[in-house]
Amino acid sequence: MTTAALDRLDPQARAAARGWSDIKIRNMFIIPTILFLIVFNIFPLLYSLGYSFTDFRASVNAPASFIGLENYRRLLSDPNIWRNFTVTAKYVIVSVGGQMIVGFGVALLLNRAFPFKGFVTTLLLLPMMMSMAVVGLFWKLLYDPSWGIINYALGLGRFDWLSNPDMALYAVAITDIWMWSPFVMLLSLAGLSAVPKHLYEAAAIDRASSWYTFTRITLPLVSPLLLIALIFRTMEAFKSFDLPFIMSGQPTTEVIAIRLYKMAFQEWQTGLSCALAYIMLIVVIAITNVYIKYLNRVKER
Amino acid sequence: MRMKLTGVLAGIGLVLSSGTSVFAQELTIFWAEWDPANYLQELVNEYTAETGVTVRVETTPWADFQTKAFAEFNAHGDAYDLVVGDSQWLGAGSEGGHFVDLTEFFEKHNLHEVFVPATIKYYSEYNGKYWAIPTEGDANGWAYRKDWFEDPAEKAAFKEKYGYELDVPKDYKQLRDIAEFFHRPDEGRYGIAIYTDNSYDGLIMGVEQTIFSYGGELGDYGTYQVQGITNSPENIEALEMYRELYQFTPPNWGKTFFLENNQAITEGLAAMSMNYFAFFPALANPATNPHAENTGYFVNPAGPGGAQFAALGGQGMSIVSYSQNKEEAFKFLEWFIREDVQQKWGALGGYTCHAAVLESEEFRKATPFNEAFYQSMQIVKDFWAVPEYAELLSQMNNRVYPYVVGGQGTAKEALDGLAADWEETFKRYGRLN
Repeated sequence: MTTAALDRLDPQARAAARGWSDIKIRNMFIIPTILFLIVFNIFPLLYSLGYSFTDFRASVNAPASFIGLENYRRLLSDPNIWRNFTVTAKYVIVSVGGQMIVGFGVALLLNRAFPFKGFVTTLLLLPMMMSMAVVGLFWKLLYDPSWGIINYALGLGRFDWLSNPDMALYAVAITDIWMWSPFVMLLSLAGLSAVPKHLYEAAAIDRASSWYTFTRITLPLVSPLLLIALIFRTMEAFKSFDLPFIMSGQPTTEVIAIRLYKMAFQEWQTGLSCALAYIMLIVVIAITNVYIKYLNRVKER
Repeated sequence: MRMKLTGVLAGIGLVLSSGTSVFAQELTIFWAEWDPANYLQELVNEYTAETGVTVRVETTPWADFQTKAFAEFNAHGDAYDLVVGDSQWLGAGSEGGHFVDLTEFFEKHNLHEVFVPATIKYYSEYNGKYWAIPTEGDANGWAYRKDWFEDPAEKAAFKEKYGYELDVPKDYKQLRDIAEFFHRPDEGRYGIAIYTDNSYDGLIMGVEQTIFSYGGELGDYGTYQVQGITNSPENIEALEMYRELYQFTPPNWGKTFFLENNQAITEGLAAMSMNYFAFFPALANPATNPHAENTGYFVNPAGPGGAQFAALGGQGMSIVSYSQNKEEAFKFLEWFIREDVQQKWGALGGYTCHAAVLESEEFRKATPFNEAFYQSMQIVKDFWAVPEYAELLSQMNNRVYPYVVGGQGTAKEALDGLAADWEETFKRYGRLN
């Protein structure tokens, strides 16, 4: 849009009558939003960056003193923090991997005409519309070894899902897969329905095997949308808090966001927790960057 | 029309503002969401009737209590005039300047004589000053199934197996034997219910009272020495015992606290269950416990050396420094410490710490568990109360939980690690050189 176009106002408009230009109107819409962002986003972000170099504790009436990179040094040399990061990585890989496989698989199944298709798709979308806290509490009941329906249905007897330190993280990841596969499914479905039909027809004429059709036509054309799903889910899984927090208290399920919460709001180590939050932010940005680079390459093809 | 409406609104506004200025006095007490908070609201309604000052008890779920209270303190907010805070908060509350110093108030009303000494030591005192009025006394005790214990067939089988009478356990060895004896997963019956929740202080309370009864200490509360104390042979033995008890718990007992431990009794799951006395009224009530008639209570048993301690629960009431109604809050506390008020507090279901009321026959006979409560309050012991207690709790959870619930490593490794963690923390805060 050029400024010349912006300057033209409908002479009948009220704004014109008051002598307002389009630029003035644009600014009136944008400036409050930017101010809002600065006050509630940018300012706290920079403020907490400042805190991350101090020994500040919000619970103590003492001024913060500058300690340089000490917080970062302490965090990065703390084996417990590394354990939290390992747990988080494991959780991200299992749950996002599971969601991609299940979500894309279901989308492939749904990508054809059959009766009540719309209704079935809507039903499948329900899990992701629920509140995390409710899902966590319900799955805790489902996993109960004495009377939970999962052990009953699978004939596992009194198998401990959440009390077993080796199993708990997978149990939480399964719940996350159940909840968020529909999201991947939805994006995949959008991608699948956009694949031109004539490509499949050409492949059929050439007698291409269905595996060949899948790997050479379907997957490359859907992959940009799948990558977007992957980016969103990885970011979400990396900072997930609610499900592991509600479902299990095991150290083997203490993802980094739970550690951060405890550090900031139970132990009130404000400076240290700001530093940890920044480390998390950097990790998320790094992962997202890798994905976006890859996404751009896929798009160029 | 517009004029008329404005007039009416202005009128309403005027009435409201003049109304609030006449009845302006209002006090807000912040506490966790549980039965005692409801009893307290009932009690303070009488204060309102007497003085016209409205007192509101505002609550929040336990899991959120510490976070919400300190978020308000840290922001120097005046939403709460008084807070019924955990004993571990004293350090953070006093050093952080969040609580009003009540030392003068204590001297003036001679409260050292009024309340049970142990409750003053743990609920009120920090660094030689007083910061809270003992409000809800509490300790960890045990509930057990009297009918299972008194069954002649069980008694005979127990005697044959262990060589002594089946009765309320007097020491930890007996506690363990009885837990093992009643642990019958095939029958859907289990030996014992203990705390294992590691999100705050559940597991730690269970472990620390075992340690104290084994003659151990968490550390030297005066000098902050931990090496050789936190990982003493007594503590290692105590932790091994707690791990052993965990073998006799119902399935899925890896994250349990007061709620689950009461369920262990109400659902007929376990022979014995650890819990705070504050949760026993629900067990004595036939409406909430089908086995109420058959539920008995006992004090935490002694360790092998004869020492006997119970983990301290409960809270004291402090005035928040940022309150706008401090004067009124002091008047309220003056009312609250009166003997007749404390008597009512006890009668409503609150666990008074008032020595005269607690010692009275009337109180001790009032419920099936009051006697055990009275005895427990004489032997209570608490966790660290330093401002960084939450870090110490986290570190202890991190070290002890994998051993107790996951069976990882040994008790010695867990406690050696803990002593190192705590030593590092105390050094960082300049308490230890």
